[in-house]
This record gives sequence, structure tokens and C-alpha cells, in this order.
Amino acid sequence: MSDIKETLLNKYTEFEKSLNGQTGSPSHLARKAAIEKFEVLGLPGPKTEEYKYTHLTRLLGKEIDLGLTAQESKLSREEIEKFHFPHDEANVLYFVNGYYKSELSRILSPESELKISDLHSAFKNHEEDVQEIYGKYLNHEDSFAALNTALSNQGVFINVEKNKVLSHPIIIYSITDTSVDTPVYYPRNIFQIGKNSQAKIIETFQTHGNGKSFINHASEIIVSESANVEYYKIQEDSEETFRVDNTQVIQYRDSVFNAYAFTFNGRIIRNNLNIRLVDEHCESHMFGLYLLKGKTHVDNHTVVDHEKADSFSNEIYKGILDEKSTGVFNGKIYVRPHAQKTNAFQSNKNILLTDEATINTKPQLEIWANDVKCSHGCTTGQLDEEQMFYLRARGISKENARAILLTAFAEDVLENIKIDFIHEHLHDLIYRRLNN
Amino acid sequence: MSKDNQILEEFTSSEYKYGFETKIESDSAPKGLNEDIIRLISHKKNEPEWLLEWRLKAFRQWQTMKEPKWPNVKYPEVKFQDIIYYSAPKQKKKLQSLKDVDPELLDTFKRLGISLEEQKRLTGVAVDAVMDSVSVATTFKDKLAELGIIFCSFSEAVKEHPKLVKEYLGSVVPIGDNFYAALNSAVFTDGSFCYIPKGVRCPMELSTYFRINAANTGQFERTLIIADEGSYVSYLEGCTAPMRDENQLHAAVVEIYSHKDAEVKYSTVQNWYPGDKHGKGGIYNFVTKRGICAGSNSKISWTQVETGSAVTWKYPSCILKGDNSVGEFYSVAVTNNYQQADTGTKMIHIGKNTKSRIVSKGVSAGFSQNSYRGLVKVQKRAENARNFSQCDSLLMGDQCGAHTFPYIEIQNQTGKVEHEATTSKIGEDQIFYLNQRGIDTEDAVALIVNGYCKEVLNQLPMEFAVEAQKLLALTLEGSVG
Repeated sequence: MSDIKETLLNKYTEFEKSLNGQTGSPSHLARKAAIEKFEVLGLPGPKTEEYKYTHLTRLLGKEIDLGLTAQESKLSREEIEKFHFPHDEANVLYFVNGYYKSELSRILSPESELKISDLHSAFKNHEEDVQEIYGKYLNHEDSFAALNTALSNQGVFINVEKNKVLSHPIIIYSITDTSVDTPVYYPRNIFQIGKNSQAKIIETFQTHGNGKSFINHASEIIVSESANVEYYKIQEDSEETFRVDNTQVIQYRDSVFNAYAFTFNGRIIRNNLNIRLVDEHCESHMFGLYLLKGKTHVDNHTVVDHEKADSFSNEIYKGILDEKSTGVFNGKIYVRPHAQKTNAFQSNKNILLTDEATINTKPQLEIWANDVKCSHGCTTGQLDEEQMFYLRARGISKENARAILLTAFAEDVLENIKIDFIHEHLHDLIYRRLNN
Repeated sequence: MSKDNQILEEFTSSEYKYGFETKIESDSAPKGLNEDIIRLISHKKNEPEWLLEWRLKAFRQWQTMKEPKWPNVKYPEVKFQDIIYYSAPKQKKKLQSLKDVDPELLDTFKRLGISLEEQKRLTGVAVDAVMDSVSVATTFKDKLAELGIIFCSFSEAVKEHPKLVKEYLGSVVPIGDNFYAALNSAVFTDGSFCYIPKGVRCPMELSTYFRINAANTGQFERTLIIADEGSYVSYLEGCTAPMRDENQLHAAVVEIYSHKDAEVKYSTVQNWYPGDKHGKGGIYNFVTKRGICAGSNSKISWTQVETGSAVTWKYPSCILKGDNSVGEFYSVAVTNNYQQADTGTKMIHIGKNTKSRIVSKGVSAGFSQNSYRGLVKVQKRAENARNFSQCDSLLMGDQCGAHTFPYIEIQNQTGKVEHEATTSKIGEDQIFYLNQRGIDTEDAVALIVNGYCKEVLNQLPMEFAVEAQKLLALTLEGSVG
């Protein structure tokens, strides 16, 4: 384990040398602080509470050479466009192995509404804005998040101007091409949504080929006063993908943030979604669905931190676990002192389809204010025999009945999707999966 | 608001009524812990060689262990070398009957509301009283003996029933189980022992009363309950301590072994001294309690009412090994002032068709922190396991905290596990409703809290339920935030 740490520290030293012109800037200081933090933390061991059920370090050490850096992919335009799913007019961005593909991307919204730039150029072109955010909000208590801040130089910077309603959603395709070596990369996305603005952001993650890869992804999302954001994450990696995804959201007064997370595949996927409600009257919704098979291990950690009074949060995460898959859910709700009149709800429901599947859940409430309404519930079970019988008695085959019931189970989450083409796309995906 | 504050003040200044100290001569070992002290304890108690070996083994293991840091509580480090590990009320001669017991001692228990003699006559509860880790009197022994039930102090059991003790001691909580269990295994001084033979339904409640009296001592008692095939027993435990400025350590171990078709019901009303209103003094209550449903159709039920202790760290657990076995956990934990509690349960489903039920009610007031921490684990072969958990928290005042840490680990698709938790305060409308009907705010709060805890209090045997209700009313009078 110490070897991996050493490798990563060396990697940073090497990387630091390439940062010419940036030394001494706030972002460089953030990197330095982050790598120092990482040096103290190390990678999570078997006794790290936050990684209790996800032994990522051990497997990473065995399967991935973390000293590697992802190479630029040689995939052709046609090959990349295969990952495209049918959708309405949108601002579309392509990243392959972390590299921005400007020739494939197209931005429809005018610059007066939306500024998009890849992170590398953003450090130069939007220096002030980026420096203000980079590494400032992400929770570096997570060693992968600290690593990302230290090592990331790729990703996207998106700035939605104030008082604008984006007429087109932003779709970001992140493709991992495993045909070149083992891609290991650290993308970082920064979203700044201005005051009174509205934006819809969709990120999809897919893999080309069946090789191994490790992606340490992080996002910082600033939701300004009275802004309204919908943020979708669709993870359809390959069975050999290791992924850690840290998403940090900061919500200001009267803002609304909706997060949607869908996970279908991967070797080990770890999602950390942290939402801080730093001012009053915020509203957050978190919807999650994980549909797992094979040996996939998915770990969803969410935190909603109510720092001020009068906010509302609601969370629904559902899981269907088939074959030898493992699901982990940890949902934390913090209600800080003085965050009175908070309403926070959370629910996690799981269905196990085999005896080899495992689910570990830990819904956690920590409350320091008294005038609040908080609740969480979680259930685990299998398909209801009576419901099965009802359908079978009406001449529906066992497989079909199962698919109908599971689709209905998933629909609880899907019905909250506000964009039709996403709903259709996911519905199709799930339907195909359940009907093999 | 000012009225609320006033009421709160009244409540926070309400005195701990068991805080007196009995002037009684005691026989203590010197401070500190080493192998010699353990030999001394063992020697004082005339223990057989194997038990000394067992203690030493535990001690050696303990030395390699670290104090657990994961509980959601904060307290200054315990200085294990500053504790007196053995203290016993001085006995002039061997006790023959209650008449020989030091009248001062009997008076102590009378002031605690457990008059040993009276209880003997009136309530029909057999009591084993333990003061500073040594059992001073056990009532009703003869009557129980007729049925073959053994109910005596632990030291006596070691002498009279060595075979049973040797077989079951450490079978549920092994010596190296955790830091405090290892410590207890090394230095435990007394406790209760109970054996219910095959097919016997214990006709009365068995009860142990623990009392820490001497200063600077730690109390380390050990309770072992064995319910043989088809038997039933209901067991009660109560405890108090004098008011002192320094913190005292209480690290007990309770083991329950339930055979086929047996049922054990274990109830606790924990009322150790909680410290004063500035958080000074009080007992550190670090207790390991665990039961195993070893045979099929067996049942273990834990009920606890936790109102005392400065810091509580306690997880009464059930290992549901036998098929169709049942585990239950009912808890009310009330914290006030600067009290901290991290308590909950573990339900380990191993056998088929096992069932468990968890009902936990936390009430926090003042500056206290109250955590529920529980584990429900359904192992691969535990077909048709069923669990229902409910943990509710009630907050009074805006300086306290309520926390929930439920761990749920499921490895079998037929398992059905449900968990729900809520956190809220007492509704103004509820208080208003009662006020309107001429009930003042203090009584209204007591009424609402009692109603909130009813599900748990209902599980207590009657004598205890009355005591618990009184305790709750006393502790929470009018603390509306």
C-alpha cells in the first residue's frame, strides 16, 4: 500500500514540474495543500470507516498501475459517435480519456448565456473564475478527492451567466478508451451557475473496449442565489472500470438543485455526492438508481449538510442487485445548530435477486437542531410473491412478470426525471437489461 | 419562551437523588493494574487456578488492545492505572442470612428503594445486591433451589458450580472481544450467575442491584445467564452510584446463553450518576452485553431504560444462531446536561427463519448528545430472516444532538429488512392541546414523553415500569425547547 502512495507522490512531483507559469497561483497552492493532505491520509485502508465496505485500495493496488497517465485515444469520429444516444438539440461536449475533443463538440447556446472551456485553457482564459473555485470546496478528507485536486489538469469549466435560462441542456460524454494501455486519469469539472439562472447538465460515462481503467473524477458545482440546476449522471462503464467520483455542490440562498445518479456497470464504482446548503431556503433532491449484475460493486455515499435554517432535502436511492453484485449505500443528513425548520427525508430501497448479491446500507442522521423534521427509511427484500402470483395468474410468464415488477420498482426514481429524452433513454436501458 | 427557560432551569437543577455515600468500611486493593493485582483479586476470592489463568490471558490480550475511538462520544482519557480494581464492603464473618448483613448496608439499599427484606416478603422478586463489585446479599435462594434454579453471586457460582461456569464463561463474549470486555475479563470481581434448568419456568423475576460506593473504584461485574432447553426467565438489573466530582469507570459484561426453546428477558434501568449540570463527574458506562440464541426457537429480549451515566457505550446484542430464533431490543435512552450516549444493538442473523425487532427511542435535552448505533446483519444462509427496526429521536432544546448510525448488511435475497428513523421535537400543538385541557406544560411534556416511550416501557416488568416512568418524568419535567 505504501508503494502506491509513493507512486502517487512521485507522480505529483513530476506533474508539478509541468505546471510552468502557474506556480504560486491559488490553484497551485490548492494542489499543494491537497497533496499534503493526501500524504497524511494515504489511500483508504480496511479500517477507514468511509470505505468500510469498499476495499478499493487493495484491488487498485493489484489491478492498476497508478503511475500511468492516460494516453490520447486514436478512436475515429465514427467510433466515438457510437456512444451518442438520441436526444434533442443540446450543447454537446466530448471527452475521451480525459482529453477534450473540440472537433466533435458543438455549443449551441450563445456566449452571452454560456461560457464553456476545457479546464486546461480555462486556467489561462478564465483564470480568475477558475482560481476562485478550484479545490476550494471539494472535501479533501476523502483521499481520492485530494488526489484529484492535486493531479487534475483536464476537464471542463462551465459558467452560466446570471439571469439566463439555458434553452438547451449541456451533455458531456466522457469516454474511456481502453485500447491504448490502461487509462488512468483525473478529470475535474467546474460548474458555476449564476444568480437566477437555470441549467440542465447531463454527464454520461462509457467505455470502449474491455480493458482495465481507473478514473478519479471530481466536480465542483456552485449554485448561486435563486438558481435552478438539474444534474444527471449516467454511469455505463465496462466491467473492468474502477471509478471514484466526487461531486461537491454548494447551494446559496433560495436555490434548487436536483441530482440524478444512475449506475449500470463497472468493477468498483464509488460515488461521493456532497451537498452543502450554506444559506437559507434551499431545496435539494437526490435521486439514485443502481442496477447491478456480475461482480459489479457500487458504493453511493451522499451527504446533505444543512448549515442554515429553512431548507428542504429529499433523497430516494433504489437498487436492484443481481448475480454476485454488491451495493453500498451511505446517506448522511447533517442538520447543524441553528438550522431550524429543516425538513430532510431519505429513503433507500433494495431488491436482492440472488443469494450471492449483497447490500450494505447505512442511512445516517446527525442532528444538532431541535425544530426539525427528519426521517429516513430503508428496506431490503426480494420481489413480493403475491405480486408475482397476481401477474402469473393472468398468464404472464415468470420472466415478464419479474421485469414488470422491477421496472415498476425503478420507475419510482425514473418518474422524477424532468427531461423526456433522458427518461426514454434510461427506460430503454433498464427494459433491455431486465429482459436480457 | 421565558417560561420554557425557567422550566428547563428547574429541570436541569433537579438533583440526583441517589447521590449519597454510605460510610461503610471497605477492603480495597491498591490503585493500578498489573498481574499482581489480578492475582490478588483471584486470591481474595479463593478462585481456582483455571480462572486465574483465564484472567491473566485476558489481561495480556488487553495490554495489546487499544481503546475504541469510533463511538460518537468525547471524554478525557481514562487513566487505567489510577483506578482501584478491587473494593469490597468489609465482612467480619461469613454471611449466613440477611440478619448478618451490616445494617448500614441494608439501610443503603433501603434508601435506594430496594429493601431486601421487604422485597422478599412483598413483591416476590429475588434480588442479588452487588455493592462495589461484591455481592452482598441474595434473597429467595432456597425457594429457587427447589426448582433447580441457581441464582447466586458469581463468586459463589465459581465455588459451587465450577463446571457450569467453566463451560459458559466467555462463550458469548470471548475474552478478546473488545477493549472493555478484555479488561472486565481480567479484573471482574463479582456479579450474578443464573442457571435455569430444562423445562423450568422461573416463577419470579430475578433481579440484581448494582451500587458503586467507594471512591476511585471501578466497577467490573460479570453476569452470566444460562437458560437450558425450554426454560424461561425474566431478569432485571438496576444501578446507582454516589455523586462525585471525578469520573468513575463501569465496565461490565453480560452474557446470555439461550438453549433450544428457551426464552430470556433481560431488563435494565440504568441510573448511574450522570454528573452535575456542568458535566462534572459521572460514571463512564462501557458495557458489553450479548446473548446467543444457540438452539432453535429460542428467544432473547433486551429492554433498557438508560437515564444515567456521563458517557454510555453499550450495545446489547443477539446472535440468532438457532433456526426460528427471535431477538428483540427495546430501548429508551434519555440524555440531559452534558451526558453522552452511544447505544444500540446488533442483530446477527445466522439461522433460518430468524426474526429480530429493534425499537429505540432517544430523548436528548440540555447539551447532551444521543446516538443510536445498530447493526443488522443477515448472513448468507439465514433464509427468510426478518428484521424491523425503528429508531426515533426527540430533541428538547437547541444545544443538544441526536444521531443515528444504523448499519444494515444483507447477504441473502430472502431476507426482509426494514429500517426507519425519525427526528422531531414535541409539537407545540400537542402541548397546546394538553394545556387547553388544564394540564400544565410540565405535566404535558411528561405525558407526551411517556407516550413516546410507551412501546418500550410496556416491555418492562411491572415493578420496573413504574420506576422507569417516574425516572423519566423526573428527568424530563418540562424541558420543552
